[in-house]
Amino acid sequence: MKRRSFLSNAAKGVVIPSLMGKMGMNALVPGLSPWASAMSAAGDGDQVLVLVYLNGGNDGLNTVVPLDQLSNLNSSRPLVALPDASLLRLEGTNVGLHPSLVEFKELFDENRLQIIQNVGYPDQNFSHFRSTDIWMSGSSSDELVTSGWAGRYLDEEFPGYPFDYPNESMTDPLAIEIGYGSSLMLQGPSSNMGMVIQDPSWFYNLVNNVEDPAPDTPAGDRLRFVRLVARQSQQYGTVVRDAADAAPAQLDYPENNRLAEQLKIVSRLIAGGLKTRVYVVSYGQFDTHDMQVEIGNTTEGSHAYQLMQVSQAIKAFMDDLDHLNIGDRVMGMTFSEFGRRIISNASYGTDHGSAAPLFLFGNQVAGGVLGDNPEIPRNATYADNLEMQYDFRSVYASIMHQWLCLDESTVGSLMMGDFEQLSVSTGINCLTSSTSEASAKKKLLVSASPNPTPGLTKIDFESQGGILELSILDLSGRSIRPIVKSVFPKGKHTTMIDLTMLPSGNYFVLLRQERIRQTAKLVKL
Amino acid sequence: MKIQDRKHHRPEWVMERMQRSIDALLGDQAQSQAFDRPPPPPGSLDKYEGELSEQQLAHLLRRCLTGVRPEDMRRFEGASLDEVLDALFTPQSDPAPPVNDYVDREEGEVDPQVPYGETWINHNWDTNWESGRTTSLKTWWLRLFLNQEASIHMRMHLFLHSLLVIQTWDIFYGKVSYNYWNTLYQSCFGSFRTLMKDITIDAGMLWYLNGAANSKEAPDENYARELQELFCIGKGPDSGYTEGDVQMAAKVLTGWKVSWPDAQVSFAAWDHDTSDKQFSAFYGNRVISGRSGQAGQEETDDLLDMIFDVNETAKYLARRLYTFFVYPEIDAATESEVIAPLADQIRSNGYNLSEALRTLLSSQHFMHEHAIGAIIKNPIDDMIGAMRMLGAGISNDQELDDRYLQSLGLLWQMGDLGLMIGDPPSVAGWPAHYQMPQYDRSWITTTTITRKAIHTDSLLYWGFWTPGELINADVLAFAQRLEDPQDPNRLIDQIVTLCFGLPITQESKDSLKEILLSGQATDDYWTNAWYEWEGDPDNEMNRSLVENRLKSLLQVMLQSAEYYLG
Repeated sequence: MKRRSFLSNAAKGVVIPSLMGKMGMNALVPGLSPWASAMSAAGDGDQVLVLVYLNGGNDGLNTVVPLDQLSNLNSSRPLVALPDASLLRLEGTNVGLHPSLVEFKELFDENRLQIIQNVGYPDQNFSHFRSTDIWMSGSSSDELVTSGWAGRYLDEEFPGYPFDYPNESMTDPLAIEIGYGSSLMLQGPSSNMGMVIQDPSWFYNLVNNVEDPAPDTPAGDRLRFVRLVARQSQQYGTVVRDAADAAPAQLDYPENNRLAEQLKIVSRLIAGGLKTRVYVVSYGQFDTHDMQVEIGNTTEGSHAYQLMQVSQAIKAFMDDLDHLNIGDRVMGMTFSEFGRRIISNASYGTDHGSAAPLFLFGNQVAGGVLGDNPEIPRNATYADNLEMQYDFRSVYASIMHQWLCLDESTVGSLMMGDFEQLSVSTGINCLTSSTSEASAKKKLLVSASPNPTPGLTKIDFESQGGILELSILDLSGRSIRPIVKSVFPKGKHTTMIDLTMLPSGNYFVLLRQERIRQTAKLVKL
Repeated sequence: MKIQDRKHHRPEWVMERMQRSIDALLGDQAQSQAFDRPPPPPGSLDKYEGELSEQQLAHLLRRCLTGVRPEDMRRFEGASLDEVLDALFTPQSDPAPPVNDYVDREEGEVDPQVPYGETWINHNWDTNWESGRTTSLKTWWLRLFLNQEASIHMRMHLFLHSLLVIQTWDIFYGKVSYNYWNTLYQSCFGSFRTLMKDITIDAGMLWYLNGAANSKEAPDENYARELQELFCIGKGPDSGYTEGDVQMAAKVLTGWKVSWPDAQVSFAAWDHDTSDKQFSAFYGNRVISGRSGQAGQEETDDLLDMIFDVNETAKYLARRLYTFFVYPEIDAATESEVIAPLADQIRSNGYNLSEALRTLLSSQHFMHEHAIGAIIKNPIDDMIGAMRMLGAGISNDQELDDRYLQSLGLLWQMGDLGLMIGDPPSVAGWPAHYQMPQYDRSWITTTTITRKAIHTDSLLYWGFWTPGELINADVLAFAQRLEDPQDPNRLIDQIVTLCFGLPITQESKDSLKEILLSGQATDDYWTNAWYEWEGDPDNEMNRSLVENRLKSLLQVMLQSAEYYLG
């Protein structure tokens, strides 16, 4: 039995009883790109974000090499440093790419690839698990957040998921993750917001209606039956299959490239008309403690091989997107839980480190190299690590505001703090944001008094007209108690709540109305 | 297919729901017929003499208990088959009866007959409180599954309930439904012949199948028919009772009455048909001579004796045991190798079904690898089994109100999954036990599989919904109950053994391990994270690292097709 024979049930978020049968994607004709005509009007809601997780902690210093630090680099990491002459120098900058990143250089030269230097967070955690959770949740180092940043974004855009979905305005999975289990990234405040496609073969089995093998015994008979029903129950499975069928012919992707296999699926689904906003793919074993490079030839080895795969896969993906006329709608980002140490170790590898560069790719990225070259100490020791220049949450916040077109106050509440906006996008896609939203964000829409309170407190809030929802969140952003959800006419309103039963501590009152989301801090004595 | 209402007064919404589930069932049926049916497991009823493998032990426990806990496996590690069966066939102690936990005290509700926290089982009908008492019975019943001892008692009780059906919402009288419950419970290890007498004159059954309305002037054949068709003889190829036999049996059974409001059963000689009752050749042309006065009730014993004298009765009961406990489909080989000798045993031991069941569960047939995982779990095994395995229970150390509300959530959601305890969809029981060709497959529909996934997801992630406190699984406490949880391979192996009906390949295990390792290549990352948490269990950060990954692992496992195989 293959592992795909599990019912990943892609389920998780996907197991939603649904109306899909009534509103299929049948209107989409294979061979005709449904987006061809819509492209000129690309705006709010059409943008897709593709997150590429480089698993294990990618060595940033051998990926984007600071050319002004070469001599210190060579002395600090003699066993892994790349020969100067091998580097792919980027014109107009002070950095060179790893020689495997040939396609990345092309993309950079076309202004379709952007480098952000020294991304990390204060008080670096060196555990894979913890640091991965930090990157996926968007928390600070010492804070425990049980939802993912992309999950919170989707919860904001699609309130009520999963119970009211699919519906007429959103027929498709909100997010698709290719990977075995569901990651923290797409975890929303209460449920996972994504559909999981456990691996490419699962996808092709779905698309091609292939049955997984099962033994010819009574148990095997039941196994086939349960899988069949599970597949029938996945209404999103039908949507995904329809989208896959509707997509025009794709360009070729490199073979034997696990990242390319995944991105090929992503491109096919976008071209097939899925309105899915976020895709998460992952690749690699970048945890290169030993034999990161070949002995005697640092341009070869496992790191070089994996970077080549990444570079080729992303280039093929972007070429395919352009071929399918959807290139302008997609932005991607690579990330990894940390960079690696400055010094090399005796096993021709590098140990867990801190800040590292990341890549944004897409036709609409701002381009160039953002940030300064890291400074490498003359005699680096095991204790030395790279300083962070940009908080990773700044990158997320910038993508949310400049690519996903959320207003800054919403971004602030989703990221649980205000983070500096970095230039990541040409910005043409967010020109349509409404003025009423803009004016609403400046006003204080919700407040509590008395605050702090021993129990009873009055909530004043203002409605823009229509359905408005108030709830109490704990510090991790988890909704712990609904207050009210109802239609409120435009204007000011008041309600009383009783917090006597809540433990003392800090909470938020969250106001939600359409795309407005505002929180007020509330202290229970 | 239009469902037939065997009972006349079923509420419309029940009919609608039944029709919907039948429709859903037939929809799936069209699909499943496309499969080639594999042959049933081979092997005879002869005793299995080999060593009991870990997989066989888990198989046996899955079929006898509700979910298998790590402690259940450990307790029987290295034990012989007989030692395990000795333990499993030990009756549970009698549970404390259900109590008044149903009044809403915040609303100032009071049941005038029953003080809060006291049992209601001896109290007469009260129009205001029968709904509460019936719900109290059903929620208490579910808690007994959740908190069961390592005994087959609750499973045997469910077998009898699914065979000798009443519907407690139809009865709507807590005391009467409880007495039915208790009659079955006390009979799990005794003679089925004795139980049939008790259930024939059980107040609930006399109401449910109209025995109490069966009068000499206007016989009601309802019970007389089901007694033969569903309870004792069935419609197998060698069953030959006739319509005339149904009519004669109805006459025999005239005179039983249930008093109101105290629901006492008595025999009313004045309404008993005293004529002689002539039965067909199937019963050897037997005549039950009519008797007047209180002697008239002896005819009921004669009727049951006659039924238990035909060979078909033991064969029918053997088939019902087999399809419930082993595999829902019987072919000619199984009929001759397993059913026939099992029926012989049933006949010779005075219709003690539990003894026969013990023989069946220790047979080569049951222990054959093709019998393992061959039946789809019913919703109790599926959902309550998962809760019991994970240790996600409903605590008895809480206020009765809170316990009641939690149990209520569980009850409703079990109904959503297709098994409303105490209220099978019809007198025939649940379709999984009789409806060919679907049988056990009927538990799984696109709707139930979706709901089940949401239920287990909520149990793991944000709390299983109830009107009271949510029910959460403490996955770390669960892992601690396993051996060497710091070793990702051992951890996964043990969970697979506990709850998967089929072993999985190394490749599949590796995929599961990827979740625990977040895709990292080295087992140590899990091991270290585990030890770090154990070394500092109050550290929230350490806790979340192992907890998140365990939840993700269990989520995938509880939704795997293999999990549904019981």
